[in-house]
Parts: sequence; C-alpha cells; structure tokens
Amino acid sequence: MSIRLEKHWKPLTLDEVDLLGRELGVYQIADEDGVVQKIGYAGGKSLFGLKSALEKEFHIREGRPHQFRCEVTMQYMSRYEELLMIHQADHHSLPPENEEDRPARLGALNPA
Amino acid sequence: MDFSLTEEQKIILENVRRFVREEILPLEEKLDPDATQVGPQDQERLVSKVKDMGLYGLGIPPEFGGPEIDTVTHSLIAMETSQHRAGLYAPCYGAFGGAGLAQLFEASAAQKEKYLFPTLRGEKRGFFALTEPSGGSDPARAIQTRAVREGDDWILNGAKIFISGADKADYGIVFARTAPEKGRNGITCFIVERDMPGFHVRRVVHTLRSAHYATELQFEDVRVPHDNVLGEVNQGFAVANDRLSRQRIPYAAGCLGAAIRAQEMSIDYVKLRETFGAPLATRQSVQWMIVDNEIDIRTARWAVLDAAQKADAGEPFRTEAAMAKLLASEGAGRVVDRAIQMHGGYGVTKDLPLERWYRELRIRRIGEGPSEVQRLVMARDLIGQSLH
Ligand SMILES: Cc1cc2nc3c(=O)[nH]c(=O)nc-3n(C[C@H](O)[C@H](O)[C@H](O)COP(=O)(O)OP(=O)(O)OC[C@H]3O[C@@H](n4cnc5c(N)ncnc54)[C@H](O)[C@@H]3O)c2cc1C
Repeated sequence: MSIRLEKHWKPLTLDEVDLLGRELGVYQIADEDGVVQKIGYAGGKSLFGLKSALEKEFHIREGRPHQFRCEVTMQYMSRYEELLMIHQADHHSLPPENEEDRPARLGALNPA
Repeated sequence: MDFSLTEEQKIILENVRRFVREEILPLEEKLDPDATQVGPQDQERLVSKVKDMGLYGLGIPPEFGGPEIDTVTHSLIAMETSQHRAGLYAPCYGAFGGAGLAQLFEASAAQKEKYLFPTLRGEKRGFFALTEPSGGSDPARAIQTRAVREGDDWILNGAKIFISGADKADYGIVFARTAPEKGRNGITCFIVERDMPGFHVRRVVHTLRSAHYATELQFEDVRVPHDNVLGEVNQGFAVANDRLSRQRIPYAAGCLGAAIRAQEMSIDYVKLRETFGAPLATRQSVQWMIVDNEIDIRTARWAVLDAAQKADAGEPFRTEAAMAKLLASEGAGRVVDRAIQMHGGYGVTKDLPLERWYRELRIRRIGEGPSEVQRLVMARDLIGQSLH
C-alpha cells in the first residue's frame, strides 16, 4: 500500500462534491496544474464529513478552478499528519495553505 | 493496608480535579474529538497553572527538579488527569510536563547534559525503541537490530516498529544486539540522534489510537559514537529496571481515570434516560452494570495503590505493579464497554468521549507489556525464576 495519496484528481465542483459520501477522511486540493495547495481533513466535528468539508473548500475558492482527491478513513488525524509529513519530505515545504496553519508540532518522515 | 488520603493529598487532588474540569474540559469542547494537541497559547496557559500548583514535571525525580511526590500521590493524580477525552494518551495535553525516558536518569554525566537536561527543560524530545517486526513481548529473543563495533563507533542496522513519537523526537533510546551468542546478556542500549545519517522514520503506523500514532524506523549503517552507549555494553536490559516498573503504576492509574469518568457519566445518564416508561436506573440489568463497573474500578484502584505503597516503602513490587497494570487496563476496558452499552447509540458517537476511550484502552492491554506477559512476570515471581 502506497503511503502517498495517489488517486485521480477530480474537478472541485459542487456536482462532484455532491457525489461524495458523508464519511470522515482526508483530502488534497490542487490548482489546475495539479500542484497541491492544501491538505485537509474532515474530522469528527464536520457536519457531513468529506462532503461538507469539500463544499467549504469550493466556496472559499469560488471562481478559481481547482481539483481535489480524498480518502475515507477513521484515522483522519494521523493520516492528515502523515500526508503533511510526506509532502514536506517530497517538496521540502508544506503546501502553501498549510504553511499558514501548521500543526503545533509536526514530525518528519523519510519515506523509502 | 491504609488507603485513606492525607490532608495534603486531598488538597492536591481537589486542585487537579478542578483544573481538569475548569480548564481542560471546556477547551476540549472546541477541539476535534481525536485531537492530542492544543494551540501554543493554551498550552502556555495550562503549563503556567500547573506550575502554580507546584506539580509541573510530575514523574521527574525530585533530585532532577520534579515535585516531591511519592508514587501513591502520583498515581492518585494520574487517576484525575486522565478524566477527559484525550486523557489516556495525552493527559491534560502535556500540561504536567514530560518526565523524560527513565533510562536517562541513569545516564553518564555527559549524556545527562546533552540529552536529559534539555528534555526536562522541554527543549528536546526522545523516543523509546525496543519493539521490532519480529516481536515486542520477548525482546531478548526477538531483537534482530545489530550493532557492530568499529573503532570508537558502533554501526547499527535493523528496523523497529510501533515506536511512538520518533518522527517528532530529537533522539531516541534504541536497543540492539551486540553479542548474538549471549542472548539476553548481549543487548546494548544506545542513544541515537535522528540527524545521524542512515536513521529513517519510514512511515506512520495507524492504530486505534488514531491521533497519537506510532512509527516504523529503519537503521542503515547508522554510526553511533561509543559515548552514546547507555549503561554497560551487553547490559541494555539492566538500565533503569526499577524505574520502569515503578512507571507502570501511574500508567495503570491512568486507565482508571477514564473508567471513573465513564462510570460517573453512566450513573447520570441512566437516571435521566427512560425506556418503556421508567428510567434505565430502575432496571436490574442496568444496576448490575453499574455495580460491576464499580467492582472493576475499586479492585484495580486497590491494586494500583497497593503497588504504589510497596514501591514507596522500598519493598519488592514487581508482581504488584504487573497485577495493577493488568487489572486496571482490563477492568477499565470492561467499564467503558458497559458505559457504551448504557448510553446506547450515543455511546459510540464522537459526541461523547466513550468511543475514544474504548479504542485507546484496547491498546493498553498490549502496550507496556501485554496482559499475558504481565501474568508471566507474576508467575515467575510466584513459582520461580526458571519459567520461560
Ligand atoms: C500504539 C502502540 C504504541 C507503541 N509504542 C511503542 C514504543 O514507543 N516503543 C516500543 O518499543 N514499543 C512500542 N509498542 C509496542 C508494544 O510494546 C508491543 O506491541 C508489545 O510489547 C507486544 O509486542 P508485539 O506486538 O510484537 O506482540 P508479540 O510479542 O508478537 O505477542 C503477540 C501476542 O501474543 C501474546 N503473548 C505474548 N507472549 C505470550 C506468552 N508468553 N504466553 C501467552 N501469550 C503470549 C500476547 O497476547 C501478545 O499480545 C507500541 C505498540 C502500540 C500498539
């Protein structure tokens, strides 16, 4: 199993988001070129899980086309931190929108 | 056995209880149900309140700057600090300070200067790496990580699994085989820095304890100076044995905090919730769940305090500590399971802390030595050392 999120990107539109389940999980948002802008999670406090989290992401960016991919997981918190650490290992920085809101203590991974 | 509390203990516990209820619970309302961290400002405020109580550095021996607290009082405090959602693995979000790794209190003066003191000041973090893919219950046989002497250095090769916090640490205590022919007396304890070339944190190991993950480590020709050997070469298991057994007592007490809170929640709930025209509290099957919870809690509490008293009195306490760990981890698991049953559907939602305690208590029956290994420890003491 790959530890990276490698699903196909989908356009961040309300129609696509509407097809999502209401489960908890993690997601990535990328610009049109597939450059990851943000890693996020739909946690236990989200109203309708991934659906409502990604709807919120859509509204924040309305007018500017973006893409998303997500993964349903109950271990959203450790998976979220893992995805941040993998991104940091691969790109030597966090996605731009996560830089502004770093977890208080983020570890460092050195994936094979 | 006299388990009555002294006046000083009563005041300390009252203060800690108020701290948990007035500072931690309201903060937790706003956090994700799986959170293990609070923001830096909240953290600072919580730590300063704990310092005002004179309890910062709980678990640090007084000669290293920790509070003058015996094992009984420490255990009683641990029963309070775990009475919130994150309380099992992040009691009070770390506001009572980290005690550091027990082995480092017996390190050389230079090692203490480099690793222990910065850790106690909160400037450095350590991890503890014993378990390997080949097993954790019987590390003396399972350890395959090798360390070979080369001049003034040791070269480490191997892997570790389920290691908590290695990705966030500056250094770790790593057990490796240095004399394969000597079995248990051929394991050495090393201090490995995470910046040493060849040291890798390969992946997060996702478990039921979702917010506070473990990691998998790999050592590829990691060159560790001989000065970083902790204790004697080939005597890795001899370092801090007594301290490690002692730590197991407040660890057991921590399981009980969640159970005590779950029981309080259950008693409140069954008085209010009605089915078939009467409160749940009037049903005998529900009353028995409450009673069985109380039996589990009190039995484990006595075992914890008995072990703590013996440790404080300088008497042998290995069997008692193993019994306390076993009774508290298993008993608390049953208590939370019954509490969930009494709460019905709400019990398994993330609206209540019960589901997190349920998941995390399951790990407590495995971590720090599974129940079967605790029984083995007791059997060795009761029947004799020659058991395998
Ligand atoms: C979330 C988490 C965090 C952890 N953090 C750390 C850490 O920071 N550092 C670290 O070094 N380790 C850590 N561990 C590892 C933990 O200590 C081991 O999982 C534990 O010691 C058991 O080892 P094992 O998993 O290899 O099981 P095994 O040793 O393979 O045993 C499997 C099962 O067999 C049973 N068993 C074992 N021996 C006997 C026997 N003699 N008789 C009967 N039954 C027996 C037990 O039920 C045991 O659970 C962590 C584990 C978890 C789950």
